[in-house]
Amino acid sequence: MSLVRITAGSRVHLALRAGIWLLVAIILIGIPFDSNPSVNGNLTLVMSYAVAAMGLGLLVGYAGQISLGQGAFFAIGAYAAASMLAKTGLPYLLALPLAAAVTFLIGLAFGIPAVRLRGLYLALVTLALAVAVGPVIKRAEPITGGVSGLSVRQPPAPGWLAVAPDQWLYLLSLVVTAIMLLLAANLTRGSLGRALVAIRDGERAARTSGVHVSRTKALLFAVAGAYAGVGGALFAYGQGFVAPESFTLLLSFTFLGAVVVGGLGTVIGSVLGSLFVVFVPQYAGGVNQALTGVVYGATLIAVVYLMPSGAAGLLRRLRRLLIDIVEPTPARPEPSPPPPDAQRGVHDAVPTSDPAPAGSDPAAARGLRP
Amino acid sequence: MERFLQVVVDGIADGSIYAALALALVLIFRSTGVVNFAQGEMAMFSTFVAWALADAGVPLGLAVVGALAFAFAAGMVVERVLIRPVEGGNPLSLVIVTLGLFILVNSAAGWIWGFNIKEFPALFPGGVAQIGNVSLSIESLGIIAVLLVVVGLLWLLFTKTPIGLAMRAAAQSPSSARLVGIPVGRMLMLGWGMASLLGALAGVLVAHRLFLDTNLMAGVLVYSFAGAALGGFDSPIGAVVGSWIIGVTEALAGTYINAIGSDLKVLVPLGIIFVVLLVRPSGLFGSPEVTRA
Repeated sequence: MSLVRITAGSRVHLALRAGIWLLVAIILIGIPFDSNPSVNGNLTLVMSYAVAAMGLGLLVGYAGQISLGQGAFFAIGAYAAASMLAKTGLPYLLALPLAAAVTFLIGLAFGIPAVRLRGLYLALVTLALAVAVGPVIKRAEPITGGVSGLSVRQPPAPGWLAVAPDQWLYLLSLVVTAIMLLLAANLTRGSLGRALVAIRDGERAARTSGVHVSRTKALLFAVAGAYAGVGGALFAYGQGFVAPESFTLLLSFTFLGAVVVGGLGTVIGSVLGSLFVVFVPQYAGGVNQALTGVVYGATLIAVVYLMPSGAAGLLRRLRRLLIDIVEPTPARPEPSPPPPDAQRGVHDAVPTSDPAPAGSDPAAARGLRP
Repeated sequence: MERFLQVVVDGIADGSIYAALALALVLIFRSTGVVNFAQGEMAMFSTFVAWALADAGVPLGLAVVGALAFAFAAGMVVERVLIRPVEGGNPLSLVIVTLGLFILVNSAAGWIWGFNIKEFPALFPGGVAQIGNVSLSIESLGIIAVLLVVVGLLWLLFTKTPIGLAMRAAAQSPSSARLVGIPVGRMLMLGWGMASLLGALAGVLVAHRLFLDTNLMAGVLVYSFAGAALGGFDSPIGAVVGSWIIGVTEALAGTYINAIGSDLKVLVPLGIIFVVLLVRPSGLFGSPEVTRA
């Protein structure tokens, strides 16, 4: 079936993986020097969305909590960064983590009561958050600038680096996105990630094995909030302007769409999904301005039918056509068998986990796949 | 006091419109287990159909009936074509399909009828009815009457007719229903058709008050969500009572609390559902979720 067969954890496997990541890194760093400012601006936007979608992906894909409020946290992060820059002389690299801290705390404050709710009701309460944020922004004029918005002093490129402003914004966003991606991947492989998957797949069983369910969920809400805060701050830097119109209810839907299109239960999927939700409406608008939403909506539905495991699942299937990675045959007994999750993490370039849906049995989800 | 009563009745009238859409959401949630985020947009589209018919010279009453019939058929088609293939699977897939439908229908309506605001003819005569010292708008009273009739009809359908019984059975336990010979798929289609019809009813009732454009139902949908969540998402009575509570508190807060005014009054119902759901996570009338260990 596959062209090549290699052993997981072997030298060839590790070299291949390192090579692919190196190639991806070179391409990503090279892109802004070979494309026009509007493409760079769009990709910067994609990255700000991707960071927020990653946080939501942790919440939805790993813990099975459907949240429609990510857009609200994104807005709060954007405004926190923008108003810190506008009202104080804070350097922008400091405003970014501060914005994340603000949304982390708000996420925690929101998460502690919200973890009592499940599934649909949680979705509705978070929907309330997404609806409420617009009017509150408009009213809190001294901080947010009201309907007229706030303009943001965009990060200037350092003098020693000969790059244009749009290239610098792209590179800055790239570095931040890469850091957040690594943190998320690390998180899902660590004890918190295992606790989250345990909660998703069986809350009571997780509790029995010593996972503090409500504390873990509340913490995850805060982490997802912090991700949205970072994404929002990147958005504010990239756009150079924040106004209430940028943070509609549709934005929260967009993040959820990005997570599902990218693939549940994968971190890299959020990035792929963000490419989809930014570029598909744009291309659709290029085909026919009035039909933008028709094409976008129809594509979104089609993706659910045609690739239920998302873009990340599609990539994984393609890779399997080329390269088959097999587990090493246990020739001699290993001194200490690694935990199952550590093994899983090794043989895939992306952290994989069964993209089982929230609160349903995984078999039903499997039945969905073609 | 008179003013207070007027505000309350207007609030109940608004709440009745939310209730019609909330009933649609509850109907679908009970049968399919999914929240149809596109419910409001489907209603908006049907309202445009009514407007287009009336604009083409069809008498208003006939235009509304035509739009309701269209909504019924469209709801059944949506269930059969879009929802059936992913039914019973990943709930998130269903959420995304309805979100996709939301975007698609909204844009399609704008493409067909344009994005300008249109005036929708009034379904009820203007003016007020004088009851003692209180003057209540005839439109408000009419809307409340329509909702009460609808609730009565739904109650009759679900408790007194074989088809209502079959629909309840199909919703409660599809596999058992299938075993006793109920065409479950057709019942689900019927449920979606009825939900779509209820939504369209909310649309034509509200269109005169809010004016008609592609964003007609987005705000209403949020209030209907709040009403349904407040009442408990699996309880039709809860949806009506919850929506009334939302409508009345919204009207009272907007009128009597100055700091809230008209721009922040959306926060009042949202605050209420937040508090209620924290105390009673399954809503006022909903049945608590029971899970097997």
